[in-house]
Amino acid sequence: MFIIIGIMFAGMLLGFLLRKQRLSWIHKVITVFIWLLLFLLGIDVGSNQEIINGLHTIGLEAVILTLAAVLGSVTAAWALWYMVYKRNRRSEA
Amino acid sequence: MKGSLIIISFFIIGTLCGVYHLIPYDFTQSNLSYYALCALMFSVGISVGNDPQTLRNFRSLNPRLIFLPVMTILGTLAGCAVISLFLPHRSLSDCLAVGSGFGYYSLSSIFITEYKGAELGTIALLSNISREIITLLFAPLLVRWFGNLAPISSGGATTMDTTLPIITRTAGESFVVVSIFHGFVVDFSVPFLVTLFCSFP
Repeated sequence: MFIIIGIMFAGMLLGFLLRKQRLSWIHKVITVFIWLLLFLLGIDVGSNQEIINGLHTIGLEAVILTLAAVLGSVTAAWALWYMVYKRNRRSEA
Repeated sequence: MKGSLIIISFFIIGTLCGVYHLIPYDFTQSNLSYYALCALMFSVGISVGNDPQTLRNFRSLNPRLIFLPVMTILGTLAGCAVISLFLPHRSLSDCLAVGSGFGYYSLSSIFITEYKGAELGTIALLSNISREIITLLFAPLLVRWFGNLAPISSGGATTMDTTLPIITRTAGESFVVVSIFHGFVVDFSVPFLVTLFCSFP
């Protein structure tokens, strides 16, 4: 599965070599591939009876995971905020 | 916002096609999505390599805020690790893989579907869409409760595009550069971290 990451680096090298040209159309290509892949994911999901039947529990799990992820990240951001801004202001005062 | 709605519509249309068997060809048995994913990542690589200007803008960044993406990544993974204890039929690595999407729902759900199957892929899609929505809706509250860096951290990989306007409005214009830098780094970490956590059983 690390092949895909290797492919991305090959793309980065190509993009860097072609940096004199503005390859602005590449964003349209990316968007179309994302559409295609999410369409295919949808077909996978829709034809899988177990997922369709369990969609409400899957949705609940997704929201629980998100709340945990957001809470964890904003707590860490608060710690950095405290160290960079709050503590400095206090020592200056 | 319009772009996100179109992406979601493609997923919903695909789901309806699957439910009603509108497409006779069986994609689940083919490698089509794998090759499309390779082509997508090649294109993503080209777009990153072709745009050195973004990297140059990061010089005006407050050096101590370089750690913000690291805080976002560690905080997210810690939160997902804790909650995995309360989700008995999801393994720790599954929860960490979903959390490693950081709101980048298109790419993370595609990767996780490829590695772990459509069920966890759907969780990744829904979870990371809701991360973007939570950030858009609660940015003002996050600033009040957790400081000005909180909406950037909460936005994850989306802070260089979709959630940038709300961040500048709630945290202030002076956070534009750190927000773009943060989005760039977290965005870039998604394929690595998702692949890493999916490689665990």
